Amino acid sequence: MNWGLEIAKAVGLAVVMFTFLAVVGAMFGVLLERKIGGWIQSRLGPKHVGPQGLLQTIADTVKLLQKEHITPRAADVAIFNTAPLIVAVAGLMDWIVIPFGPTLIVRDLNIGVLFFAAMASLTVVGILAGGFASNNKYSLLGGLRSASQMISYELPMAAAFIAVAMQAGTLSTVGIVNAQAQRGWFVLWQFPAFVIFLIAATAEVNRVPFDLPEAESELVAGYFSEYTGMRFALFQLGEYAEMFGMAAMATTLFLGGWRGPLLPPIIWFLLKMYLIVFFLMWMRWTYPRLRLDHLLNLSWKLLLPAGLIWILITGFVITFF
Amino acid sequence: MGELAVFIILSAITLVSAVVVVTSGNIVRSALSLVPTFLGVTGFYILLQAEFVAGIQVLIYAGAITVLILFVIMLTEGGTGLRVRQINEQVPMSILASAALALLLISVFIRAPWPTAKEALPQYTASGIGEALLTNLVLVFEVTSLVLLVALMGAIIIARRER
Repeated sequence: MNWGLEIAKAVGLAVVMFTFLAVVGAMFGVLLERKIGGWIQSRLGPKHVGPQGLLQTIADTVKLLQKEHITPRAADVAIFNTAPLIVAVAGLMDWIVIPFGPTLIVRDLNIGVLFFAAMASLTVVGILAGGFASNNKYSLLGGLRSASQMISYELPMAAAFIAVAMQAGTLSTVGIVNAQAQRGWFVLWQFPAFVIFLIAATAEVNRVPFDLPEAESELVAGYFSEYTGMRFALFQLGEYAEMFGMAAMATTLFLGGWRGPLLPPIIWFLLKMYLIVFFLMWMRWTYPRLRLDHLLNLSWKLLLPAGLIWILITGFVITFF
Repeated sequence: MGELAVFIILSAITLVSAVVVVTSGNIVRSALSLVPTFLGVTGFYILLQAEFVAGIQVLIYAGAITVLILFVIMLTEGGTGLRVRQINEQVPMSILASAALALLLISVFIRAPWPTAKEALPQYTASGIGEALLTNLVLVFEVTSLVLLVALMGAIIIARRER
């Protein structure tokens, strides 16, 4: 193996991924979020910067870049500065195993789905660290809520992953997409797993109706209240990278990935991904926030048993049919 | 060459953060330093082509165990913000003990023949591990799950009694 070449490739791909996510994921995602939010709530959304408000997020990003970095006096500086990086990097690492096309993938790991789950679970360390290091009770509460929520919802999500991997017979994301070419989209075969995955994914990325960690009306933005400027933007980038990552994973696991007639694979992939993203945004602007005990009950008493039973059913089906 | 460089870098990451874990006066920093330690060990697993174990290592240790430890620290009264002394007056004794252990381990490592497998490594380890767990090692697997289940139930019962 040529190590120099491998490292150069890794750096190059990291830059491409970061740019793609920062521009397409976060910046376009925020604009989309606000436009869809406006549409659902019968208002206009951003409208004045550029044609139809298209440049609004660029203006916002420039504003964030210029802002002062404020570190609270009582904060734990080292942890405070590292936390946004952990969240952003963990969000970006998710994308290594996402196949945009038959060959358009950073690395087709043979543990692809497991890798995705592992990287998604690292986000919580950054959030908890950020919440703690801010030395602010609202931040700490937000961080703790996030930790309990993400730990709870990792399990149903893993159950959904396992059911899909069992039917596909592989953990590789490319392998799962190829398995769907023979049997049809897994959303038909694995519908319960699809529903469980969508709910768990929404909770994992801390979005409404599971946005208790931020809950601006009770926790003044939770774990990132004390963050300003680009550090705040990094948290946002991580969150959006993770959300788009979850949508891309749902596309890969359940909607046949890049496969589709006529159009090139990447177009199909992005279409399906944005369909899921639209669905997540639709949920966000429709439902109110859950209460913490309801949220934990939903995971432990409903989703997790349902996931385990579904694994059992899948096992029976693939053994006897 | 490349493998040696990776080994040295990973060892440095693992060891430096492990030293921070056992010397830092701030208990939250100790807990957070566990993350690079676990990730360094993950790197070793990948270097040894045990990708499945590496994935599980990140998922369980870096993602869950650390968070659990942090959670406990932050919920414990007086656990945070407190400067803890991790070193007491028995330093000479512990240096002796660890030097003896290191000597013993090094002599074992030097003498061991370290046999290597002749055939090529399996391409895909996950299914192999699954098959081993459910055929030859099924008893160990079941007993382990039973122990975990008992621990889980014990935790729930202890937590409920406090009401």
